Amino acid sequence: MRLLWLSALTCHGNVHSFLNSPQIEKFLEDFSFIYHPLLDTPYSLEEIFTQEVECDILLLDGTLEEGMEKFGVEFETVLKRYAQKAKKIITVGSCASFGGVFLSENRYGFLYHQEKPHERFNEFRDKTITISGCPIHPETLINTLYAIKKEYTLHLDKLLRPKEYYGYTIHNGCLRNEYFEYKIDEHHYGELEGCLFYDHGCQAPYTHGSCNRILWNETSSKTRSGSPCFGCTEPTFPKHRLFYTKKNMGIPQHLPVGIPKRAYLSLAGVAKAFKIERFSQKIVE
Amino acid sequence: MTKKEQKKELIMQKALELFAQNGFYTTTIPDIAKSLSMSVGNMYNYFKSKDILAKEIIKYISAYLGVKLREINESDISTQAKITQIVTIYFQTAKLRPEMIDYFLRVFLSNREVFKEGCEGMICVNDFVTEIMIFFEEGVACGELRNQDFFSAFGLFMGYLGGMVFLKGEAILPQELEAYIDDISENIYRALKA
Repeated sequence: MRLLWLSALTCHGNVHSFLNSPQIEKFLEDFSFIYHPLLDTPYSLEEIFTQEVECDILLLDGTLEEGMEKFGVEFETVLKRYAQKAKKIITVGSCASFGGVFLSENRYGFLYHQEKPHERFNEFRDKTITISGCPIHPETLINTLYAIKKEYTLHLDKLLRPKEYYGYTIHNGCLRNEYFEYKIDEHHYGELEGCLFYDHGCQAPYTHGSCNRILWNETSSKTRSGSPCFGCTEPTFPKHRLFYTKKNMGIPQHLPVGIPKRAYLSLAGVAKAFKIERFSQKIVE
Repeated sequence: MTKKEQKKELIMQKALELFAQNGFYTTTIPDIAKSLSMSVGNMYNYFKSKDILAKEIIKYISAYLGVKLREINESDISTQAKITQIVTIYFQTAKLRPEMIDYFLRVFLSNREVFKEGCEGMICVNDFVTEIMIFFEEGVACGELRNQDFFSAFGLFMGYLGGMVFLKGEAILPQELEAYIDDISENIYRALKA
């Protein structure tokens, strides 16, 4: 299966994250890149831009910019050419998906400007899959590519993300869930104790992804290592003040996804009333 | 509501009046049973102890006020207008159901040992406090109220209203509570506005 990795405005974080997959060697035996920014490939980027090369899956990375050119050719012309050839298109990362870090009025994702769909590439919507993240989780991308190769049915959410990986929130599998349940923040960065939702800006309860189900480097995740989730898989990424929970009169402005405010506050009021001795102690002295 | 639930509510209402009027410790289960022409044994079919009854009553009051506050929260009016409505509801309750506010001030807040277990924190007044939280949160979110610590605002609002009802109960206020609604609402709004 021939892959083309096409980069628009990008920091190349996704390229590096992809190479961190423990499956990378096997993957490269099963797939071939006609072009990838860091790997030896049969074509140069200039050849990709100036010639017509066959590809099966287009991996688009980075934010698109109106009028952007490479090698004297408009980027979007080349993008459309390969989008037409490809059986599937994957927007790799939140920049290619929603605009992400470089978003502005004339910079956008492939199908979305944040969560708002735009029409520029709408003809390709039916064959597009969103793999958002900053950077992407390598397992999510690689497993999705294998699913395409093996012709498995992928169930997508309304932003075209595979539900297998984005049907859950990052909160799912977080080791700090007990602290969340009893509304205990009292966290110090890097420590094991405390939930980071109430004061430290953690967006895990309303961010979709698998960071705490499929660990990074098979080892850890942001919240497990004591840093808040930054909500990097969502169209709203990046928000301002990532280490700060915006609160209105002490109540977090963004509540866990799908939970009515009244229900959340009722439960929180009950949970807060109890002082659980175990949660006020250090796990490792 | 089932017949048993209706009866429970009737007992709570009567007990509420007696507790508020005569004090928690001087009012006994036989007193409550007698006022309802019930046997003491039958009373225990509804409430296993006086402490349990006391806790159920505070939840009953909280739910009663919570429903009224929810209606205000869900109405399409400004935060300033909501403040006036909350003050009005509170004072109306103090006038029409004085036993409710009296119970809150003179039994619930004054006999904390009774409510230590089973009413930790704000559990037994959760319905009421949740609506106040929603009122504050939405007031800040729409830009009408100043963002601050919840309890600073809660204490200002509820402490003020409770204080006025207490003064009325002590026959110190020269006028009826309704006469103060506009000024008090204005004061609360000025203190909390953005």
